[in-house]
Amino acid sequence: MAITLAHYLIVAAILFVLGIFGIFLNRKNVIVILMSVELILLAVNLNLVAFSSALNDLTGQVFAMFVLTVAAAEAAIGLAIVVIYFRNKGSIEVEDISTLKG
Amino acid sequence: MLAAVAFYAFSAVLIASAAMVVVARNPVHSVLFLILAFFNAAGLMLIAGGEFLAMILVIVYVGAVAVLFLFVVMMLDVDFARMREGFQRYAPVGALVGGVLLVELLFVLGSWRFAPEAPGLRLSPNPGATVGNTEALARILYTDNVLLFQAAGVILLVAMIGAIVLTLRERPGTRRQVIAAQVARAPAETVVLRQVPIGAGLKNIGILRPPPAAEEREALSEPERHGHGGGHH
Repeated sequence: MAITLAHYLIVAAILFVLGIFGIFLNRKNVIVILMSVELILLAVNLNLVAFSSALNDLTGQVFAMFVLTVAAAEAAIGLAIVVIYFRNKGSIEVEDISTLKG
Repeated sequence: MLAAVAFYAFSAVLIASAAMVVVARNPVHSVLFLILAFFNAAGLMLIAGGEFLAMILVIVYVGAVAVLFLFVVMMLDVDFARMREGFQRYAPVGALVGGVLLVELLFVLGSWRFAPEAPGLRLSPNPGATVGNTEALARILYTDNVLLFQAAGVILLVAMIGAIVLTLRERPGTRRQVIAAQVARAPAETVVLRQVPIGAGLKNIGILRPPPAAEEREALSEPERHGHGGGHH
């Protein structure tokens, strides 16, 4: 039994859904929400690499590399925001982050 | 055959550890399972032929991003027990949305196929086994995509500056080194030469041991005080 594109797509779909589920589940902890976003981006990267391999086209891997770059930047900025928010408010619960609501 | 076994092993551990990231009680365990998930995703990418990307995943994600998460989780003094409060409340809606999304994705997967002209539309075909994956990626990354590459560098620079600016703070009450005060110190205001007669005790020449009490010392040393907190520069 050969490993085909469909196998990769199913694994990536399950990973993506787990990331979405994590965002809904961890409403109290922004850090775990950021980790769930990382899982979603990982699923996308897996899809890009699988398609790149299936089509024999390297563009998908280049795109995955840029996704990786943006994910790293997003993690750094997100964690910096979490750190200063915790320093100012003493909490990282999503419900508490409503200062901009007016 | 071996690749298939490795694929199933990697995907099983990947999905299990991703599930543990989401449901783990302790955020530190979440980060560690996230690292395990990244390793297994790197294995899957290796099987798919994206060798360079697999190594980048291990280096960048495990080496930098996951460790950053670990630092932040350990730095924030969060009450982990309170984190779990809404778990049962949010689980049904999360499972519902996730289930609907998964069913949709599987529907798409079931009826999806490549367009017949897809092989002819390749932007940068894989040069084949004569050129390694890393070299082949570099050939198109630094030629066709060089502007995107530089834009990625700018994004990382902006992210770095943003993270530093966000977390930088001036703490009140800390004593920083003041180079100007150090350099401006002259020997005349810190060293006193005294003519000491033979046989004279310290008391006779005006040096008191033990030193005088606090308020007395304050009065004594007031004229010699300069700038920044005494002689410890």
